[in-house]
Amino acid sequence: MNIHEYQGKEVFRRFGVTTPRGIPAFSVDEAVKAAQSLGGKVWVVKSQIHAGGRGKGGGVKVAKSIDEVRDLAKKMLGMTLVTHQTGPEGRVVRRLLIEEGANITKEYYLAVVVDRVLQRAVMMGSSEGGVNIEEVAEKTPEKIHKVAIDPVSGLGDADAELLARKIGIPQELVPQARDLFKAVYKVFDETDASLAEVNPLITTADGRVVALDAKLNFDSNALFRHPDIVEMRDLEEEDPAEVEASKFDLNYIQLDGDIGCLVNGAGLAMATMDTIKLYGGSPANFLDVGGGATAEKVTEAFKIMLKNPKLKAILVNIFGGIMKCDVIATGVVQAARQVALKVPLVVRLEGTNVDLGKKILAESGLPIISANNMGEAAEKVVAAAKGR
Amino acid sequence: MSILINKDTKVVTQGITGKTGQFHTKMGLEYANGRNCYVAGVNPKKPGEKFEGIPIFATVKEAKQETGANVSVIYVPPPFAAAAIDEAVEADLDLVICITEGIPVRDMIRTKAKMKGRRTLLLGPNCPGTITPEELKIGIMPGHIHRKGRIGIVSRSGTLTYEAVGQVTALGLGQSSAVGIGGDPVNGLKHIDVLKLFNDDPETEAVIMIGEIGGSDEETAARWVKDNMKKPVVGFIAGLTAPPGKRMGHAGAIISGGKGTAQEKLSVMESCGIKVTRNPAEMGKLLKSVL
Repeated sequence: MNIHEYQGKEVFRRFGVTTPRGIPAFSVDEAVKAAQSLGGKVWVVKSQIHAGGRGKGGGVKVAKSIDEVRDLAKKMLGMTLVTHQTGPEGRVVRRLLIEEGANITKEYYLAVVVDRVLQRAVMMGSSEGGVNIEEVAEKTPEKIHKVAIDPVSGLGDADAELLARKIGIPQELVPQARDLFKAVYKVFDETDASLAEVNPLITTADGRVVALDAKLNFDSNALFRHPDIVEMRDLEEEDPAEVEASKFDLNYIQLDGDIGCLVNGAGLAMATMDTIKLYGGSPANFLDVGGGATAEKVTEAFKIMLKNPKLKAILVNIFGGIMKCDVIATGVVQAARQVALKVPLVVRLEGTNVDLGKKILAESGLPIISANNMGEAAEKVVAAAKGR
Repeated sequence: MSILINKDTKVVTQGITGKTGQFHTKMGLEYANGRNCYVAGVNPKKPGEKFEGIPIFATVKEAKQETGANVSVIYVPPPFAAAAIDEAVEADLDLVICITEGIPVRDMIRTKAKMKGRRTLLLGPNCPGTITPEELKIGIMPGHIHRKGRIGIVSRSGTLTYEAVGQVTALGLGQSSAVGIGGDPVNGLKHIDVLKLFNDDPETEAVIMIGEIGGSDEETAARWVKDNMKKPVVGFIAGLTAPPGKRMGHAGAIISGGKGTAQEKLSVMESCGIKVTRNPAEMGKLLKSVL
């Protein structure tokens, strides 16, 4: 789960991470009021969307008067912001963060992630901040410094100071940086984050170390112990079909193609998409109905897939283990009747009670195209989608 | 022979009284030598009770002392599953198989740190378990699709493992053992660990290795295969069409920062002498071609 920058900064401050003062705004009036209450002469108006690269996309601007804050807020609220992370369709800006201006001396990069090789959290720092860190990692990997963190003892003073020195934080600011690093790790650890990123981390002319940005992603498996974080979820930032699917405990991801897939198991679901592509088609979605799918769940899955206007055909690929093929077949027949299915449906069933399942499909009288293996299923559904 | 488990394994089920634990323990009991292998269950609140004739103990340690259990299988709900692994590790079992899906990564990081220097191996979490056909089934896979044979199968995905098993069986071959290592980013045995076991198992002739997007475990395993594996390995990687930055069902199945793509994994595997297919319907056929 992702949250906005202004929410991330609220979490940061709770753990003692220094951030600029700022106030979120949902309207032009609120933006103006926020700037007035912050005071000062320079403000930054920042678009709040769940994607990086906002600055380059024109979503972050400096204002030197209240009038300018007003103009920028008018322009930004409601605009579609396109960045390298949003895709070409972009995201509509619905929230702003109004922040006091910062007198930046230098920009750095800081993040905590889970290192899959080390199987623990790692803090990464770089002297190259405010830029696309993936490019830095690609072109100048020597400029990225890492420290693995012991889950029991946490990030120690010595490790934090060493990292600060390695990325070139001036000596007199190392103690401040150390404390900030430790607080950022604490945020990561105690909120069950999967990513805590500060890009940029800055040093200022008045001798402070400040988190100018805050990006937090959370482990969805741990949300059960963080109701305060769940409250920060912004459903408008998520794909409506994916939100709908999550209500029924279905794992759904919208893609660009026109062939819907309904599969049990994440690996088989990906493999089914791959096979469709291999036979010249294009998958419309990833959909894992999980191991315990019922007829009701299958019906909901069909409804969600059918909301996609691009959809030209559906492939159901089930390897029934614990999930019995006859149960799935019943679900498919029910769903097809309930939603008055108009696109061709190819079904491949394998595993427990497969014969019974096939019989149910055959006797339903529905125009279901059946297939005996994955390859055949993909071939048939691609042909059906192309109207052959 | 086989790897990890066989007809002499003694299994303790942690979470035996829950719905999932009961169902799969029953299926395990009914498969091959299961009656002799499933010897104990654990529930701190129900010691002294029985399930399907299996005695329930308060702790794993007691279950081990009383029954000689050496392998545990965990069906405990996610908030408590990491602690269940810790308990089995502290009891010095040979192997813990954690089926539970949805354990927070933070919990698993701590559990992995505690496992350092201990003898217990971990399979999973978020995995289907492992089976040695016609001997013992521990986990949630359908037993009837398996057949005893000489093909080792290792995979991060459950149903895709069944797909490979089904293809191998349909070709008239069988499996020495099929191992699901699970789809979580922080977990126990990796592809490389299971490949090492298959390499040393005299009854395994060749291996199907199935991976998916995310991480670099397949690449690490492939490099090891190039230098050490004495048996043919064929492979498939799921997720060639997966978009970057999206978690594809499994917690660990995500292309992040341009890393962990299926193409990258397939290229490394091929360069290490592993024959790969881009068509999951042909895993069995490819395997047969290298025998």
